Amino acid sequence: MSEGTNVVARYTTAARINHWITAVSLILLALSGMALFHPSLFFLTNLFGGGQATRAIHPWIGVVLALSFAGLFFRFFTLNFWRREDTVWMKNLGKVINNKEEGLPELGKYNAGQKLVFWGQSILILLLFGSGIVLWDVYFEQYTTVDQKRLAAVVHALCAIGAILIWIVHVYAAIWVKGTLRAMTRGSVTRGWSWKHHRKWFRQEVEKP
Amino acid sequence: MATLQSLDIRRRSASTEAPPQVRQSALQVAKLIDVSKCIGCKACQAACLEWNDLRAPIGYTDGTYDNPTDLTPTSWTVMRFAEYENGDDLEWLIRKDGCMHCDDPGCLKACPAPGAIVQYTNGIVDFVSENCIGCGYCVKGCPFNIPRISNVDRKAYKCTLCVDRVSVGQAPACAKACPTQAIYFGSKDDMIAHAEHRIVDLKSRGYKNAGLYDPPGVGGTHVMYVLHHADQPSLYEGLPDDPRISPMVGFWKGVMKPISLAAIAFAGVFGFLHYITKGPNEVSESDERKADDMMKGKGA
Repeated sequence: MSEGTNVVARYTTAARINHWITAVSLILLALSGMALFHPSLFFLTNLFGGGQATRAIHPWIGVVLALSFAGLFFRFFTLNFWRREDTVWMKNLGKVINNKEEGLPELGKYNAGQKLVFWGQSILILLLFGSGIVLWDVYFEQYTTVDQKRLAAVVHALCAIGAILIWIVHVYAAIWVKGTLRAMTRGSVTRGWSWKHHRKWFRQEVEKP
Repeated sequence: MATLQSLDIRRRSASTEAPPQVRQSALQVAKLIDVSKCIGCKACQAACLEWNDLRAPIGYTDGTYDNPTDLTPTSWTVMRFAEYENGDDLEWLIRKDGCMHCDDPGCLKACPAPGAIVQYTNGIVDFVSENCIGCGYCVKGCPFNIPRISNVDRKAYKCTLCVDRVSVGQAPACAKACPTQAIYFGSKDDMIAHAEHRIVDLKSRGYKNAGLYDPPGVGGTHVMYVLHHADQPSLYEGLPDDPRISPMVGFWKGVMKPISLAAIAFAGVFGFLHYITKGPNEVSESDERKADDMMKGKGA
């Protein structure tokens, strides 16, 4: 890392494109899925060209999300293994929420909250993909029994709600912790941000030749 | 089909509006299928195709009398033939399968499309095809395995109880066509009373377990059977002994909906409250300086 720049590279262009494909497909899936989940949200089908079109397009967006998220998974999973400092960080979650991070252990590229978001979405998207295939009658109706389809419907809805809740945490964290969003929009973060939130990672970046 | 007036709608799928209640005189209708009088001629199947103007593609025979072998988007009723060895007797149990028109319809409960499934005040459950989105949730909701999704237009189809005939005072086409009068149609009270006579007759002829199939688990049905073996409905080619809406569907379409929306709303409100009470987490000037110090320390 050169001393000339005052920012630290955090995400490559490819990683950013990968992230935003995932983000857009997840939002479209949430909108079309919620439209078919609750009658008072059925009006959202208008965004997709009506009820039939929503029913037809939702699983295809799901395929895009599954492939795109798989890309993110393989990019980042080694950075998301749980470490001892993550347990300490979680025990001090109250301090973090109160914007008092002083004295917490130095963190690598991701903190425990980010790791939980990563693993939570990984598991939920896997379950959503599996149950979604069972519910995709156009191609897969004949392979499962009606009771398996009923279970898939329950699992799909529960996991979707879980994924939406995690998504809210993810988005809010980016709004709350200033200087974060530019990592995904411009690929870099400031030195101060890196030092404050991910000091161990910053140290590694600094020590790079 | 939606041939009755909107005044006659008791329930409408995926709708939060209250149904009209001004009309109080709704007569509950029912079809009574007397299995003990059925000869398996399939006149009802032909009449159903004829009246509803449906043409099923030429199928195949699987070696049994069941033809077609199952309900399809164009076959809304089929005779199911079961051979039952009752001691030394071989009984040929023939059941006319089709929509049971549940008083608590699982299909309607599961349907996410507003107005794609309606229940009229007379008890008939009908699919309004123009509103159907083809998701197949009705299939999951149904305890009797009745709705079929067409591969041509991705819409769900089933028996309408000839709501278009009933609304002008006619009996369903199958009842009209039955040569042995095994299919009756009228008010539900009359059908239950008629079934009582038939059950007395069957019991006098040795069918001590004869009875009426009007399963309470789905609130009763508007298609009922007189069975010789009412203690074992499953003898009749898989007629459920105690049909009810699956608890999984009940959970999915019941408490889960409001709780899920509440959880999402709570998460949003919590974030907003956190931001206005704790404020953003910002990088200070001193953080930047310390970062620079770390950089310089590396250089030193």
